[in-house]
Amino acid sequence: MTSGAPAAPRAAWADVAAIVEFCVQSLAVADAELRKLVRDPTELLTRAVQPALWLIIFGEVFTRVKAIPTGNLSYLEFMAPGVLAQSVLFSAIFFGIAVIWERDLGIVHKMLVSPAYRGALVMGKALSAGLRGLSQAVIIYVLALVMGIRLQYSPLSLVGVVAVVMLGSALFATFSLIVACLVKTRERFMGIGQVLTMPLFFASNAIYPLAIMPRWLQVVARVNPLTYVVDALRGLMVQGGHSVLGTWTDLGLQAAVFIVLLTIAAKLYPGLVR
Amino acid sequence: MGTDPIIVTAALTRHYGALVAVDRLDLSVRQGVIFGLLGPNGAGKTTTIKMLTTLLPPTSGEARVAGFEVSAQPREVRRRIGYVPQMVSADGALTARENLTLSARLYRLPRAERRERITAALEFMGLAAAAEQLVRTYSGGMIRRLEVAQAMLHRPAVLFLDEPTLGLDPLARRAVWERLENLRGQWGTTVLITTHDMEEADVLCGEVALMHQGRIAALGAPEKLKREIGPDATLDDVFARVAGGTIETGGHYRDVRRARSTARRLG
Repeated sequence: MTSGAPAAPRAAWADVAAIVEFCVQSLAVADAELRKLVRDPTELLTRAVQPALWLIIFGEVFTRVKAIPTGNLSYLEFMAPGVLAQSVLFSAIFFGIAVIWERDLGIVHKMLVSPAYRGALVMGKALSAGLRGLSQAVIIYVLALVMGIRLQYSPLSLVGVVAVVMLGSALFATFSLIVACLVKTRERFMGIGQVLTMPLFFASNAIYPLAIMPRWLQVVARVNPLTYVVDALRGLMVQGGHSVLGTWTDLGLQAAVFIVLLTIAAKLYPGLVR
Repeated sequence: MGTDPIIVTAALTRHYGALVAVDRLDLSVRQGVIFGLLGPNGAGKTTTIKMLTTLLPPTSGEARVAGFEVSAQPREVRRRIGYVPQMVSADGALTARENLTLSARLYRLPRAERRERITAALEFMGLAAAAEQLVRTYSGGMIRRLEVAQAMLHRPAVLFLDEPTLGLDPLARRAVWERLENLRGQWGTTVLITTHDMEEADVLCGEVALMHQGRIAALGAPEKLKREIGPDATLDDVFARVAGGTIETGGHYRDVRRARSTARRLG
Protein backbone atom coordinates (compact mmCIF):
# COMPACT_ATOMS: atom_id res chain seq x y z
CA MET A 1 0.00 0.00 0.00
CA THR A 2 1.26 3.45 -0.80
CA SER A 3 0.83 6.26 1.67
CA GLY A 4 -2.03 8.71 1.18
CA ALA A 5 0.14 11.80 1.58
CA PRO A 6 1.39 12.26 -2.02
CA ALA A 7 -2.02 11.34 -3.41
CA ALA A 8 -3.80 14.17 -1.60
CA PRO A 9 -2.20 17.14 -3.40
CA ARG A 10 -2.54 15.30 -6.68
CA ALA A 11 -6.27 14.84 -6.02
CA ALA A 12 -6.53 18.54 -5.17
CA TRP A 13 -4.84 19.39 -8.44
CA ALA A 14 -7.20 17.13 -10.29
CA ASP A 15 -10.10 19.03 -8.69
CA VAL A 16 -8.68 22.38 -9.77
CA ALA A 17 -8.11 21.08 -13.30
CA ALA A 18 -11.67 19.75 -13.40
CA ILE A 19 -13.06 23.13 -12.30
CA VAL A 20 -11.00 24.94 -14.94
CA GLU A 21 -12.19 22.47 -17.57
CA PHE A 22 -15.80 22.96 -16.44
CA CYS A 23 -15.44 26.74 -16.80
CA VAL A 24 -13.73 26.58 -20.21
CA GLN A 25 -16.48 24.34 -21.55
CA SER A 26 -19.29 26.46 -20.07
CA LEU A 27 -17.78 29.59 -21.59
CA ALA A 28 -17.36 27.89 -24.98
CA VAL A 29 -21.07 27.07 -25.10
CA ALA A 30 -22.08 30.53 -23.83
CA ASP A 31 -19.77 32.21 -26.36
CA ALA A 32 -21.39 30.34 -29.28
CA GLU A 33 -24.87 31.27 -28.00
CA LEU A 34 -23.89 34.90 -27.58
CA ARG A 35 -22.58 35.10 -31.15
CA LYS A 36 -25.93 33.87 -32.43
CA LEU A 37 -27.78 36.39 -30.29
CA VAL A 38 -25.69 39.35 -31.42
CA ARG A 39 -26.05 38.28 -35.03
CA ASP A 40 -29.82 38.20 -34.87
CA PRO A 41 -31.12 40.54 -32.18
CA THR A 42 -34.71 40.73 -33.50
CA GLU A 43 -35.87 38.45 -30.70
CA LEU A 44 -34.50 40.83 -28.08
CA LEU A 45 -36.20 43.83 -29.66
CA THR A 46 -39.61 42.16 -29.95
CA ARG A 47 -39.29 41.26 -26.30
CA ALA A 48 -39.18 44.97 -25.46
CA VAL A 49 -42.84 45.40 -26.44
CA GLN A 50 -44.39 43.55 -23.54
CA PRO A 51 -42.62 45.35 -20.67
CA ALA A 52 -43.32 48.64 -22.39
CA LEU A 53 -47.05 47.86 -22.42
CA TRP A 54 -47.03 46.85 -18.77
CA LEU A 55 -45.27 50.02 -17.67
CA ILE A 56 -46.97 52.51 -19.98
CA ILE A 57 -50.55 51.19 -19.74
CA PHE A 58 -50.95 49.09 -16.61
CA GLY A 59 -48.42 51.13 -14.62
CA GLU A 60 -49.75 54.55 -15.53
CA VAL A 61 -53.37 53.56 -14.82
CA PHE A 62 -52.64 51.99 -11.46
CA THR A 63 -50.49 54.96 -10.47
CA ARG A 64 -53.63 57.10 -10.86
CA VAL A 65 -56.07 54.83 -9.03
CA LYS A 66 -53.70 54.36 -6.05
CA ALA A 67 -55.40 51.04 -5.29
CA ILE A 68 -52.28 49.20 -4.19
CA PRO A 69 -50.36 50.27 -1.07
CA THR A 70 -46.74 50.73 -2.12
CA GLY A 71 -45.38 52.71 0.84
CA ASN A 72 -43.01 55.51 -0.02
CA LEU A 73 -42.82 54.52 -3.70
CA SER A 74 -45.11 55.53 -6.53
CA TYR A 75 -46.83 52.57 -8.14
CA LEU A 76 -44.63 52.87 -11.25
CA GLU A 77 -41.50 52.80 -9.09
CA PHE A 78 -42.91 49.83 -7.23
CA MET A 79 -43.69 47.84 -10.36
CA ALA A 80 -40.59 48.62 -12.47
CA PRO A 81 -38.53 45.86 -10.75
CA GLY A 82 -41.54 43.55 -11.10
CA VAL A 83 -41.71 44.19 -14.82
CA LEU A 84 -37.98 43.49 -15.17
CA ALA A 85 -38.42 40.23 -13.26
CA GLN A 86 -41.35 39.40 -15.54
CA SER A 87 -39.20 39.99 -18.64
CA VAL A 88 -36.53 37.77 -17.15
CA LEU A 89 -39.11 35.05 -16.51
CA PHE A 90 -40.81 35.27 -19.89
CA SER A 91 -37.59 35.26 -21.92
CA ALA A 92 -36.09 32.38 -19.94
CA ILE A 93 -39.12 30.13 -19.57
CA PHE A 94 -39.28 29.32 -23.29
CA PHE A 95 -35.56 28.60 -23.44
CA GLY A 96 -36.27 24.87 -23.60
CA ILE A 97 -37.86 25.22 -27.02
CA ALA A 98 -34.44 26.07 -28.51
CA VAL A 99 -32.99 23.00 -26.82
CA ILE A 100 -35.70 20.78 -28.33
CA TRP A 101 -34.94 22.36 -31.70
CA GLU A 102 -31.24 21.54 -31.26
CA ARG A 103 -32.15 18.00 -30.36
CA ASP A 104 -34.25 17.56 -33.51
CA LEU A 105 -31.31 18.86 -35.54
CA GLY A 106 -28.68 16.64 -33.93
CA ILE A 107 -26.71 19.44 -32.27
CA VAL A 108 -27.40 17.99 -28.82
CA HIS A 109 -26.05 14.61 -29.99
CA LYS A 110 -22.81 16.26 -31.06
CA MET A 111 -22.45 18.02 -27.71
CA LEU A 112 -23.13 14.87 -25.71
CA VAL A 113 -20.62 12.76 -27.62
CA SER A 114 -17.89 15.20 -26.59
CA PRO A 115 -16.12 14.55 -23.29
CA ALA A 116 -17.42 17.87 -21.93
CA TYR A 117 -19.03 17.77 -18.48
CA ARG A 118 -22.78 17.48 -18.88
CA GLY A 119 -23.11 20.12 -16.18
CA ALA A 120 -20.87 22.46 -18.18
CA LEU A 121 -23.06 22.09 -21.25
CA VAL A 122 -26.09 23.11 -19.17
CA MET A 123 -24.14 25.85 -17.37
CA GLY A 124 -23.12 27.36 -20.73
CA LYS A 125 -26.77 27.51 -21.76
CA ALA A 126 -27.74 29.05 -18.41
CA LEU A 127 -24.99 31.64 -18.76
CA SER A 128 -26.22 32.65 -22.20
CA ALA A 129 -29.74 32.95 -20.77
CA GLY A 130 -28.28 35.26 -18.14
CA LEU A 131 -26.83 37.51 -20.82
CA ARG A 132 -30.18 37.52 -22.61
CA GLY A 133 -31.74 38.63 -19.32
CA LEU A 134 -29.29 41.54 -19.10
CA SER A 135 -30.49 42.82 -22.45
CA GLN A 136 -33.98 42.94 -20.93
CA ALA A 137 -32.61 44.98 -18.04
CA VAL A 138 -31.14 47.51 -20.48
CA ILE A 139 -34.56 47.86 -22.13
CA ILE A 140 -36.31 48.44 -18.79
CA TYR A 141 -33.72 51.02 -17.71
CA VAL A 142 -34.20 52.92 -20.96
CA LEU A 143 -37.98 52.82 -20.56
CA ALA A 144 -37.69 53.97 -16.96
CA LEU A 145 -35.46 56.85 -17.97
CA VAL A 146 -37.92 57.98 -20.63
CA MET A 147 -40.88 57.65 -18.26
CA GLY A 148 -39.15 59.48 -15.44
CA ILE A 149 -39.09 56.55 -13.02
CA ARG A 150 -36.34 57.28 -10.48
CA LEU A 151 -33.91 54.35 -10.51
CA GLN A 152 -30.62 53.93 -8.67
CA TYR A 153 -27.53 54.30 -10.80
CA SER A 154 -24.83 53.75 -8.19
CA PRO A 155 -22.23 51.17 -9.23
CA LEU A 156 -23.09 48.94 -6.29
CA SER A 157 -26.78 48.81 -7.14
CA LEU A 158 -26.04 48.20 -10.83
CA VAL A 159 -23.72 45.32 -9.97
CA GLY A 160 -26.43 43.91 -7.72
CA VAL A 161 -29.06 44.18 -10.47
CA VAL A 162 -26.72 42.43 -12.94
CA ALA A 163 -26.19 39.59 -10.46
CA VAL A 164 -29.90 39.15 -9.71
CA VAL A 165 -30.96 39.32 -13.36
CA MET A 166 -28.31 36.81 -14.46
CA LEU A 167 -29.07 34.44 -11.62
CA GLY A 168 -32.84 34.69 -12.14
CA SER A 169 -32.53 34.13 -15.89
CA ALA A 170 -30.20 31.17 -15.40
CA LEU A 171 -32.58 29.69 -12.85
CA PHE A 172 -35.69 29.87 -15.03
CA ALA A 173 -33.82 28.82 -18.19
CA THR A 174 -32.48 25.74 -16.43
CA PHE A 175 -35.97 24.98 -15.16
CA SER A 176 -37.20 25.31 -18.75
CA LEU A 177 -34.46 22.97 -19.93
CA ILE A 178 -35.59 20.38 -17.39
CA VAL A 179 -39.16 20.63 -18.72
CA ALA A 180 -37.79 20.23 -22.27
CA CYS A 181 -35.89 17.09 -21.25
CA LEU A 182 -39.07 15.64 -19.76
CA VAL A 183 -41.54 16.41 -22.57
CA LYS A 184 -39.12 16.25 -25.55
CA THR A 185 -41.51 17.65 -28.18
CA ARG A 186 -42.20 21.27 -29.14
CA GLU A 187 -45.97 20.92 -29.03
CA ARG A 188 -46.09 19.58 -25.50
CA PHE A 189 -43.48 22.09 -24.37
CA MET A 190 -45.43 25.08 -25.69
CA GLY A 191 -48.52 23.89 -23.83
CA ILE A 192 -46.68 23.54 -20.54
CA GLY A 193 -44.82 26.83 -21.01
CA GLN A 194 -48.09 28.70 -21.45
CA VAL A 195 -49.57 27.05 -18.39
CA LEU A 196 -46.57 27.91 -16.22
CA THR A 197 -45.85 31.55 -17.00
CA MET A 198 -49.01 33.24 -15.79
CA PRO A 199 -49.26 31.46 -12.41
CA LEU A 200 -45.57 32.13 -11.76
CA PHE A 201 -46.11 35.81 -12.54
CA PHE A 202 -49.38 36.42 -10.65
CA ALA A 203 -48.40 34.29 -7.66
CA SER A 204 -45.50 36.64 -6.99
CA ASN A 205 -44.93 40.12 -5.61
CA ALA A 206 -44.21 41.54 -9.08
CA ILE A 207 -47.21 43.90 -9.33
CA TYR A 208 -48.59 43.92 -5.78
CA PRO A 209 -46.88 43.48 -2.40
CA LEU A 210 -46.89 40.20 -0.46
CA ALA A 211 -48.65 41.93 2.43
CA ILE A 212 -51.98 42.43 0.64
CA MET A 213 -52.23 38.85 -0.64
CA PRO A 214 -54.60 36.34 0.94
CA ARG A 215 -52.80 33.96 3.27
CA TRP A 216 -52.75 30.98 0.87
CA LEU A 217 -51.35 33.09 -1.96
CA GLN A 218 -48.63 34.40 0.32
CA VAL A 219 -47.58 30.80 0.95
CA VAL A 220 -47.48 30.08 -2.80
CA ALA A 221 -45.60 33.31 -3.48
CA ARG A 222 -42.99 32.46 -0.84
CA VAL A 223 -42.08 29.20 -2.65
CA ASN A 224 -42.09 30.93 -6.05
CA PRO A 225 -38.50 31.84 -7.01
CA LEU A 226 -39.77 34.87 -8.94
CA THR A 227 -40.76 36.49 -5.63
CA TYR A 228 -37.11 36.50 -4.55
CA VAL A 229 -35.97 37.93 -7.88
CA VAL A 230 -38.53 40.76 -7.55
CA ASP A 231 -37.75 41.38 -3.90
CA ALA A 232 -34.01 41.66 -4.52
CA LEU A 233 -34.55 43.95 -7.51
CA ARG A 234 -36.92 46.16 -5.53
CA GLY A 235 -34.21 46.76 -2.97
CA LEU A 236 -31.47 47.36 -5.53
CA MET A 237 -33.11 49.15 -8.45
CA VAL A 238 -35.38 51.87 -7.15
CA GLN A 239 -34.49 54.99 -5.19
CA GLY A 240 -35.97 54.52 -1.73
CA GLY A 241 -36.91 50.93 -2.50
CA HIS A 242 -36.19 48.19 -0.01
CA SER A 243 -36.16 44.44 0.07
CA VAL A 244 -38.77 42.89 2.40
CA LEU A 245 -37.01 39.53 2.76
CA GLY A 246 -33.39 40.73 2.71
CA THR A 247 -31.16 40.99 -0.38
CA TRP A 248 -28.76 38.30 0.81
CA THR A 249 -31.58 35.91 1.60
CA ASP A 250 -32.99 36.54 -1.88
CA LEU A 251 -29.64 35.94 -3.56
CA GLY A 252 -28.78 32.93 -1.43
CA LEU A 253 -32.10 31.21 -2.10
CA GLN A 254 -31.84 31.85 -5.84
CA ALA A 255 -28.32 30.47 -5.93
CA ALA A 256 -29.34 27.37 -3.98
CA VAL A 257 -32.35 26.71 -6.23
CA PHE A 258 -30.20 27.26 -9.32
CA ILE A 259 -27.58 24.75 -8.18
CA VAL A 260 -30.26 22.14 -7.47
CA LEU A 261 -31.85 22.72 -10.89
CA LEU A 262 -28.44 22.63 -12.61
CA THR A 263 -27.69 19.27 -11.02
CA ILE A 264 -31.05 17.86 -12.10
CA ALA A 265 -30.69 19.27 -15.63
CA ALA A 266 -27.19 17.79 -16.02
CA LYS A 267 -28.65 14.40 -15.12
CA LEU A 268 -31.60 14.71 -17.53
CA TYR A 269 -29.84 16.37 -20.51
CA PRO A 270 -28.32 13.13 -21.90
CA GLY A 271 -31.82 11.57 -21.86
CA LEU A 272 -32.84 14.03 -24.55
CA VAL A 273 -31.18 11.95 -27.29
CA ARG A 274 -32.17 8.46 -26.13
CA MET B 1 -1.73 -0.41 -37.53
CA GLY B 2 -2.38 -3.04 -34.91
CA THR B 3 -4.43 -6.15 -35.40
CA ASP B 4 -6.29 -5.92 -32.09
CA PRO B 5 -9.93 -5.09 -32.63
CA ILE B 6 -10.71 -1.47 -31.73
CA ILE B 7 -14.44 -2.10 -31.29
CA VAL B 8 -15.63 -5.23 -29.52
CA THR B 9 -19.13 -5.97 -28.35
CA ALA B 10 -20.32 -8.96 -26.36
CA ALA B 11 -24.03 -9.81 -26.28
CA LEU B 12 -24.83 -6.10 -26.65
CA THR B 13 -28.57 -5.68 -26.27
CA ARG B 14 -31.03 -2.80 -26.22
CA HIS B 15 -34.75 -3.01 -25.58
CA TYR B 16 -37.29 -0.25 -26.12
CA GLY B 17 -40.17 -1.52 -24.04
CA ALA B 18 -41.16 -4.79 -25.64
CA LEU B 19 -39.19 -4.11 -28.82
CA VAL B 20 -35.72 -5.65 -29.02
CA ALA B 21 -33.82 -3.16 -31.20
CA VAL B 22 -30.41 -4.81 -30.82
CA ASP B 23 -30.32 -8.45 -29.85
CA ARG B 24 -27.16 -9.95 -28.25
CA LEU B 25 -24.85 -8.41 -30.81
CA ASP B 26 -21.29 -9.72 -31.03
CA LEU B 27 -19.20 -7.47 -33.21
CA SER B 28 -15.49 -7.03 -33.72
CA VAL B 29 -13.95 -4.28 -35.83
CA ARG B 30 -10.25 -4.21 -36.68
CA GLN B 31 -8.24 -1.02 -36.37
CA GLY B 32 -7.89 1.06 -39.51
CA VAL B 33 -10.76 -0.32 -41.59
CA ILE B 34 -13.84 1.38 -42.92
CA PHE B 35 -16.57 -0.79 -41.52
CA GLY B 36 -20.16 -0.68 -42.79
CA LEU B 37 -23.16 -1.54 -40.67
CA LEU B 38 -25.80 -2.36 -43.27
CA GLY B 39 -29.47 -3.08 -43.14
CA PRO B 40 -32.94 -1.73 -43.76
CA ASN B 41 -34.53 0.95 -41.58
CA GLY B 42 -35.31 -0.52 -38.19
CA ALA B 43 -32.58 -3.19 -38.32
CA GLY B 44 -30.88 -1.70 -35.25
CA LYS B 45 -28.02 0.20 -36.90
CA THR B 46 -28.65 3.58 -35.28
CA THR B 47 -29.34 1.99 -31.90
CA THR B 48 -26.01 0.17 -32.14
CA ILE B 49 -24.11 3.32 -33.07
CA LYS B 50 -25.77 5.23 -30.22
CA MET B 51 -24.63 2.61 -27.74
CA LEU B 52 -21.08 2.57 -29.13
CA THR B 53 -20.89 6.38 -28.87
CA THR B 54 -22.13 6.35 -25.23
CA LEU B 55 -25.36 8.20 -26.07
CA LEU B 56 -27.57 5.27 -25.17
CA PRO B 57 -26.96 2.89 -22.25
CA PRO B 58 -27.23 -0.77 -23.28
CA THR B 59 -29.95 -2.86 -21.65
CA SER B 60 -27.37 -5.62 -21.21
CA GLY B 61 -24.07 -6.79 -22.63
CA GLU B 62 -20.81 -4.94 -23.10
CA ALA B 63 -19.03 -2.83 -25.66
CA ARG B 64 -15.41 -1.71 -25.65
CA VAL B 65 -14.36 1.12 -27.93
CA ALA B 66 -10.70 2.17 -28.24
CA GLY B 67 -9.94 0.11 -25.16
CA PHE B 68 -12.66 1.38 -22.81
CA GLU B 69 -16.07 0.09 -21.82
CA VAL B 70 -18.89 2.39 -22.96
CA SER B 71 -21.00 2.21 -19.77
CA ALA B 72 -18.21 2.05 -17.22
CA GLN B 73 -15.81 4.61 -18.76
CA PRO B 74 -17.89 6.81 -21.05
CA ARG B 75 -15.61 9.86 -20.76
CA GLU B 76 -12.56 7.87 -21.81
CA VAL B 77 -14.48 6.55 -24.79
CA ARG B 78 -15.73 10.04 -25.71
CA ARG B 79 -12.19 11.44 -25.76
CA ARG B 80 -11.25 8.88 -28.40
CA ILE B 81 -14.20 8.93 -30.76
CA GLY B 82 -15.86 11.30 -33.22
CA TYR B 83 -19.49 11.11 -34.25
CA VAL B 84 -21.52 12.53 -37.12
CA PRO B 85 -25.20 11.90 -36.44
CA GLN B 86 -27.72 11.26 -39.19
CA MET B 87 -29.37 14.61 -38.63
CA VAL B 88 -27.66 17.94 -39.26
CA SER B 89 -25.40 18.58 -36.28
CA ALA B 90 -23.51 21.66 -37.48
CA ASP B 91 -25.04 24.87 -36.15
CA GLY B 92 -26.48 26.86 -39.06
CA ALA B 93 -26.43 30.13 -37.13
CA LEU B 94 -22.64 29.95 -36.71
CA THR B 95 -19.84 30.07 -39.27
CA ALA B 96 -17.78 26.96 -40.06
CA ARG B 97 -14.88 28.37 -38.06
CA GLU B 98 -17.12 29.09 -35.07
CA ASN B 99 -18.54 25.56 -35.19
CA LEU B 100 -15.01 24.16 -35.18
CA THR B 101 -13.89 26.51 -32.42
CA LEU B 102 -16.74 25.30 -30.20
CA SER B 103 -15.65 21.68 -30.75
CA ALA B 104 -12.00 22.53 -30.14
CA ARG B 105 -12.89 24.08 -26.79
CA LEU B 106 -15.24 21.30 -25.71
CA TYR B 107 -12.47 18.78 -26.45
CA ARG B 108 -9.94 21.09 -24.78
CA LEU B 109 -7.43 21.18 -27.60
CA PRO B 110 -4.38 23.16 -26.48
CA ARG B 111 -4.92 26.82 -27.31
CA ALA B 112 -1.63 27.03 -29.23
CA GLU B 113 -2.73 24.31 -31.64
CA ARG B 114 -6.35 25.35 -32.03
CA ARG B 115 -6.08 27.86 -34.86
CA GLU B 116 -3.69 25.75 -36.83
CA ARG B 117 -5.75 22.59 -36.52
CA ILE B 118 -8.96 24.35 -37.42
CA THR B 119 -7.38 25.87 -40.52
CA ALA B 120 -5.89 22.51 -41.48
CA ALA B 121 -9.25 20.77 -41.00
CA LEU B 122 -11.02 23.36 -43.15
CA GLU B 123 -8.47 22.94 -45.91
CA PHE B 124 -8.57 19.16 -45.70
CA MET B 125 -12.34 19.21 -46.16
CA GLY B 126 -12.21 21.78 -48.95
CA LEU B 127 -13.99 24.45 -46.92
CA ALA B 128 -11.22 27.05 -46.43
CA ALA B 129 -12.84 29.56 -48.78
CA ALA B 130 -16.21 29.29 -47.00
CA ALA B 131 -14.82 29.30 -43.46
CA GLU B 132 -16.36 32.64 -42.43
CA GLN B 133 -19.77 31.96 -43.98
CA LEU B 134 -22.80 31.05 -41.91
CA VAL B 135 -23.36 27.32 -42.20
CA ARG B 136 -27.03 27.86 -43.10
CA THR B 137 -25.81 29.09 -46.51
CA TYR B 138 -23.91 25.82 -47.12
CA SER B 139 -24.93 23.04 -49.51
CA GLY B 140 -25.68 19.59 -48.10
CA GLY B 141 -22.31 18.22 -49.12
CA MET B 142 -20.46 21.12 -47.52
CA ILE B 143 -22.40 20.65 -44.27
CA ARG B 144 -21.49 16.96 -44.15
CA ARG B 145 -17.81 17.72 -44.80
CA LEU B 146 -17.86 20.34 -42.05
CA GLU B 147 -19.39 17.81 -39.68
CA VAL B 148 -16.66 15.32 -40.49
CA ALA B 149 -14.09 18.05 -39.88
CA GLN B 150 -15.69 18.77 -36.50
CA ALA B 151 -15.74 15.11 -35.54
CA MET B 152 -12.07 14.68 -36.56
CA LEU B 153 -10.62 17.80 -34.98
CA HIS B 154 -9.38 16.00 -31.85
CA ARG B 155 -7.95 13.14 -34.01
CA PRO B 156 -10.15 10.37 -32.65
CA ALA B 157 -9.19 6.70 -33.02
CA VAL B 158 -12.68 5.83 -34.22
CA LEU B 159 -15.06 7.90 -36.29
CA PHE B 160 -18.76 6.99 -36.31
CA LEU B 161 -21.04 8.21 -39.07
CA ASP B 162 -24.75 7.51 -39.19
CA GLU B 163 -25.95 7.48 -42.82
CA PRO B 164 -23.26 9.96 -43.89
CA THR B 165 -24.41 10.51 -47.47
CA LEU B 166 -28.18 10.21 -47.10
CA GLY B 167 -29.81 12.89 -49.22
CA LEU B 168 -26.61 14.01 -50.98
CA ASP B 169 -26.27 14.19 -54.75
CA PRO B 170 -23.79 11.74 -56.40
CA LEU B 171 -21.01 14.29 -56.68
CA ALA B 172 -21.27 15.36 -53.04
CA ARG B 173 -21.40 11.73 -51.99
CA ARG B 174 -18.16 10.99 -53.80
CA ALA B 175 -16.49 13.97 -52.17
CA VAL B 176 -17.46 12.67 -48.71
CA TRP B 177 -16.23 9.16 -49.55
CA GLU B 178 -12.89 10.51 -50.74
CA ARG B 179 -12.34 12.47 -47.53
CA LEU B 180 -13.17 9.45 -45.38
CA GLU B 181 -10.74 7.30 -47.35
CA ASN B 182 -8.09 10.02 -46.99
CA LEU B 183 -8.63 10.19 -43.24
CA ARG B 184 -8.12 6.49 -42.94
CA GLY B 185 -5.01 6.68 -45.09
CA GLN B 186 -3.51 9.67 -43.30
CA TRP B 187 -4.33 8.97 -39.64
CA GLY B 188 -5.20 5.29 -39.63
CA THR B 189 -8.61 6.23 -38.30
CA THR B 190 -11.09 3.41 -37.97
CA VAL B 191 -14.37 4.48 -39.56
CA LEU B 192 -17.71 2.89 -38.77
CA ILE B 193 -20.65 3.94 -40.90
CA THR B 194 -24.25 2.84 -41.05
CA THR B 195 -25.93 2.81 -44.41
CA HIS B 196 -28.68 1.17 -46.36
CA ASP B 197 -27.04 2.25 -49.60
CA MET B 198 -25.39 -0.82 -51.13
CA GLU B 199 -23.25 1.18 -53.52
CA GLU B 200 -21.80 3.13 -50.61
CA ALA B 201 -20.97 -0.10 -48.81
CA ASP B 202 -19.40 -1.58 -51.94
CA VAL B 203 -17.25 1.42 -52.82
CA LEU B 204 -16.23 2.60 -49.37
CA CYS B 205 -16.19 -0.28 -46.92
CA GLY B 206 -13.42 -2.83 -46.44
CA GLU B 207 -15.72 -4.91 -44.31
CA VAL B 208 -19.46 -4.98 -43.74
CA ALA B 209 -21.95 -6.49 -41.33
CA LEU B 210 -25.50 -7.01 -42.56
CA MET B 211 -27.94 -6.36 -39.73
CA HIS B 212 -31.39 -7.85 -39.63
CA GLN B 213 -33.82 -7.56 -36.74
CA GLY B 214 -31.15 -6.50 -34.29
CA ARG B 215 -28.67 -9.24 -35.15
CA ILE B 216 -25.83 -9.74 -37.59
CA ALA B 217 -26.97 -11.82 -40.53
CA ALA B 218 -23.73 -11.81 -42.54
CA LEU B 219 -20.22 -10.48 -42.00
CA GLY B 220 -17.12 -10.03 -44.15
CA ALA B 221 -15.51 -8.13 -47.01
CA PRO B 222 -18.09 -7.09 -49.65
CA GLU B 223 -16.27 -9.10 -52.39
CA LYS B 224 -16.17 -12.23 -50.26
CA LEU B 225 -19.88 -12.01 -49.37
CA LYS B 226 -20.84 -11.51 -53.00
CA ARG B 227 -18.57 -14.32 -54.24
CA GLU B 228 -20.22 -16.75 -51.86
CA ILE B 229 -23.58 -16.16 -53.54
CA GLY B 230 -22.28 -16.46 -57.09
CA PRO B 231 -20.94 -14.45 -60.05
CA ASP B 232 -22.47 -11.00 -60.61
CA ALA B 233 -24.15 -11.10 -57.20
CA THR B 234 -24.74 -7.76 -55.46
CA LEU B 235 -24.89 -6.97 -51.76
CA ASP B 236 -28.67 -6.80 -52.17
CA ASP B 237 -28.59 -10.45 -53.25
CA VAL B 238 -26.48 -11.29 -50.22
CA PHE B 239 -29.00 -9.63 -47.98
CA ALA B 240 -31.92 -11.36 -49.69
CA ARG B 241 -30.21 -14.69 -49.08
CA VAL B 242 -29.49 -14.18 -45.38
CA ALA B 243 -32.61 -12.28 -44.39
CA GLY B 244 -35.13 -13.75 -46.77
CA GLY B 245 -36.20 -10.38 -48.16
CA THR B 246 -34.78 -7.35 -49.89
CA ILE B 247 -33.03 -4.59 -48.05
CA GLU B 248 -35.52 -1.97 -49.15
CA THR B 249 -38.36 -3.48 -47.14
CA GLY B 250 -39.16 -2.53 -43.58
CA GLY B 251 -38.75 0.79 -41.83
CA HIS B 252 -40.94 2.54 -39.33
CA TYR B 253 -42.84 5.73 -39.87
CA ARG B 254 -40.45 7.52 -37.51
CA ASP B 255 -37.34 6.44 -39.42
CA VAL B 256 -38.84 7.40 -42.74
CA ARG B 257 -39.87 10.80 -41.42
CA ARG B 258 -36.44 11.42 -39.96
CA ALA B 259 -34.63 10.31 -43.11
CA ARG B 260 -36.82 12.58 -45.21
CA SER B 261 -36.36 15.60 -43.03
CA THR B 262 -32.60 15.04 -43.01
CA ALA B 263 -32.58 14.75 -46.78
CA ARG B 264 -34.60 17.96 -47.06
CA ARG B 265 -32.19 19.91 -44.87
CA LEU B 266 -29.15 18.65 -46.72
CA GLY B 267 -30.60 18.90 -50.21
